[in-house]
Amino acid sequence: MAIRVQQDGFDPWRELAAYLDTHALDWAGRYGATAVFIGSLRDFSQGEVVSGMTLEHYPGMTESYLEKISAEARTRWELLDTLVIHRFGPISLGDPIVLVAVWSAHRDSAFAACRYLIDELKTRAPFWKQEATPGGVRWVEENKP
Amino acid sequence: MANMNIITVRYFASLRERLGRNEEQVEAAGLSCVADVWKRVATEPLPANTLVAINQEYASPGSPVRAGDEVAFFPPVTGG
Repeated sequence: MAIRVQQDGFDPWRELAAYLDTHALDWAGRYGATAVFIGSLRDFSQGEVVSGMTLEHYPGMTESYLEKISAEARTRWELLDTLVIHRFGPISLGDPIVLVAVWSAHRDSAFAACRYLIDELKTRAPFWKQEATPGGVRWVEENKP
Repeated sequence: MANMNIITVRYFASLRERLGRNEEQVEAAGLSCVADVWKRVATEPLPANTLVAINQEYASPGSPVRAGDEVAFFPPVTGG
């Protein structure tokens, strides 16, 4: 189980390959399902063009909240491992913002746990988006499902 | 080591900008719950959708506070 909250950009596909190389030793060959969610910065929001974004977070609480929901997912479903990476700071258009990956024996628990993690993260993890639009910067007031 | 006579109050995102500060420290004496802390630091009522945390765990306006605590106020979260 790993959590990373970082300012640096990341390539989710390389992160997944690296994680498997370094962490899957205990469960190599035992997972039948990998569910992955990647959230990226798109160029529109609430009818406006978005040219960039800055993500604020609550250092410490963010990590502990992500740890908490990762542990919770492992009590609800039979999982082999989970990985969550989330950025903060300035984000460029098209950049990955979040990666959630879940490994399990079967797809039902992998899909369900991945969905649970990204939904809990979006509704409760202390991050705040500020978008840059032609009219200036604005705080995003609520997340869309 | 936390100073045991004070409560550290932190603000984030749009609420931080509106109040014009990130963080401050208040005397813990006379403060028994999160709502009391808000009354000490702000003149406006606590905005209805504000989330609160004590020592980096979610709490509610009625949750008790103690000297040494870190109390945070922030708007709805929008990560992911």
